Amino acid sequence: MSTEFRIDVQKALGKTEVRAHFRKAMDTLMTNRRNQFPDDAALQALRHQAQAIRANALSKLPELLEQLEAKLTAKGVQVHWAETTDEANQIVLSIMQKHQAKSIIKGKSMVSEEMGLNHFLEAQGIEALESDLGEFIIQLDGETPSHIIMPAIHKSKEQISQLFHDKFPDIPYTENVDELTASARRILRDKFYTASVGLSGVNFAVAETGTLCLVENEGNGRMSTTVPPVHIAVTGIEKVVEKLSDIPPLLSILPRSATGQPITTYFNMISGPRQADEKDGPTEVHLVLLDNGRSNIYSDPELLATLRCIRCGACINHCPVYVRIGGHSYGTVYPGPIGTILEPQKQGLKVHGELIQASSLCGACGEVCPVRIPIPNIINRLRYDSVRKDTEHTPTFDAGTKRKPLEAAIWQGWSWSASHPSLYNFGGTVATQLRGLVPNKVGAWTNVRTAPQLADKTLHQQLKALGVDHE
Amino acid sequence: MSNARTRIFQRLTAVERPVVDLSARESLSRFAWDKEERIRRFTERMQAVRAEVHVSDREHWLDKLAEICQAKGLNHLLLSPNTEWGQAISQNATRFPTLKHYDRPIEAWKHELFHEVDAGLTSTLGGIAETGTLMLWPNGDEPRLLSLVPPIHIAILETDKLFSTFAEAVQQQAWAEQGMPTNAVLISGPSRSADIAQVLAYGVHGPKELVVVLV
Repeated sequence: MSTEFRIDVQKALGKTEVRAHFRKAMDTLMTNRRNQFPDDAALQALRHQAQAIRANALSKLPELLEQLEAKLTAKGVQVHWAETTDEANQIVLSIMQKHQAKSIIKGKSMVSEEMGLNHFLEAQGIEALESDLGEFIIQLDGETPSHIIMPAIHKSKEQISQLFHDKFPDIPYTENVDELTASARRILRDKFYTASVGLSGVNFAVAETGTLCLVENEGNGRMSTTVPPVHIAVTGIEKVVEKLSDIPPLLSILPRSATGQPITTYFNMISGPRQADEKDGPTEVHLVLLDNGRSNIYSDPELLATLRCIRCGACINHCPVYVRIGGHSYGTVYPGPIGTILEPQKQGLKVHGELIQASSLCGACGEVCPVRIPIPNIINRLRYDSVRKDTEHTPTFDAGTKRKPLEAAIWQGWSWSASHPSLYNFGGTVATQLRGLVPNKVGAWTNVRTAPQLADKTLHQQLKALGVDHE
Repeated sequence: MSNARTRIFQRLTAVERPVVDLSARESLSRFAWDKEERIRRFTERMQAVRAEVHVSDREHWLDKLAEICQAKGLNHLLLSPNTEWGQAISQNATRFPTLKHYDRPIEAWKHELFHEVDAGLTSTLGGIAETGTLMLWPNGDEPRLLSLVPPIHIAILETDKLFSTFAEAVQQQAWAEQGMPTNAVLISGPSRSADIAQVLAYGVHGPKELVVVLV
């Protein structure tokens, strides 16, 4: 069974240095998060509150989207709707063409990654430049993010130093992080200065006031949304919340869960383009609302919880699988536990069904999730969807795709015998008698492990000898 | 793309709405810290992210500010002449670096703003003690880029506008009720990043230094 995913995982597991790097980074992030929540009762209360805020928003999603659209439109923001990433890309392109723009400066946006916007625009002869430092670095190297909030986390300082030197020969080689940062600042300042269109994602959209909220540390998000005359925000339709008072609790739990910061350096709240009495800010603001499978997820009461996600990355930071295989092995835009449940739902079990097996179901992701998404339960549910027969009862694309007749028959037989005690006991006795026939090599399991040695006497026999009679 | 909109809404409205337990939603986070405690926490948080905090009062802030400008060797200071602070500074212009005013649209003086301004001074709508945060509502007098483009941002914060939490500020200042400005921003330190090997670096794209004067 050597699939692309398995090959990538094997490759990643062989990279000892990168693995050590990930281990160190994730340990730091976990410690930072823990330090932000010294009082567990307060943390749990805040998680319940954040869950209620997101669940409430989803329960009113169509109404809130209408309200958001109305509020934003009234303030002069142009709202666009896209069912697919293709449509979203076309919308961005047509805005750029209207302004004859040849380049776009981008703040960090995972939805734009989902759209494959950079490649799309480049094919149209438009330069799409990432301005978040991590995104800028990986873009220089032609890579994709390996983490949703720390895109260049897989790269060491030495690699980044070399990369800067290769791409900008005028800049002397340095491993000094302050100097590297200063170089990036200088290069990108020019780009902010000249760009005619800026693009950003959205962390939360407030229906009540028509406000787009952006969380960031560097200031590139503020630059991208303020300096160019046109600002395009792209986001998923699930990001809306009902009231402005819903924002402070979410802002309180997001950065603490993500990087272990009490708050990010900037929290940027945008409610409209430049007004007549203002002297800066974009004169045009567009919001592109992307579906791309979200409304499909919305139709299932259990899977719906997936859409509560506020993209903090805590599940990723705490995942024992992610820390070993890294973000690129997943082969998806969103890696780690959230990617494991989101990507197969968006793109179907045929393409990414294998991801749901890449979990030990240890439960860490569900325990740290700030909006209490039961990620392990959803993984289980998707595993079930992948083999279920009554595929009409789930919205998951390609449900039943992993169903094998033999496996299904074995489970049916098991289920039947388990509900017939005498047969079950008889089978148990026979299996016990024949236990010596279990081979030493049992496929993949024993490739890296020694097969367990069976005891001379069964547990039943040993207990009987001790005088314990459980039946 | 209105077809896309119609189809998205068709799918969203076709399903039975989930029933949600909302009991936890409304709790308002706030702390019973007195003014002194709020100032202490605000200062501690700000300093932890390498912001400067200078404690002053309504009588002495002008001296303090002149001192700061001199210590930093500023050649220019960008400000609005129309705010309470800007007026006082303008009346004492000889004690300050060359004052500049953001009195034209950005297009008219973009190059100068990006290359020939050492520091921008703004007022604030208030502060948040829990996280060490300034709240700004930029407007025609104090535009958005005033606190973003110059390498140093100096902000004046009145201590009686220092709230314990963001939730408390939003409620007491009635943000939702009065309607949001085109841009509101929370600032909690100088611009920073840890994207290179998790090493913290300051002054990435926004101001390299944040200076807060408490009055």
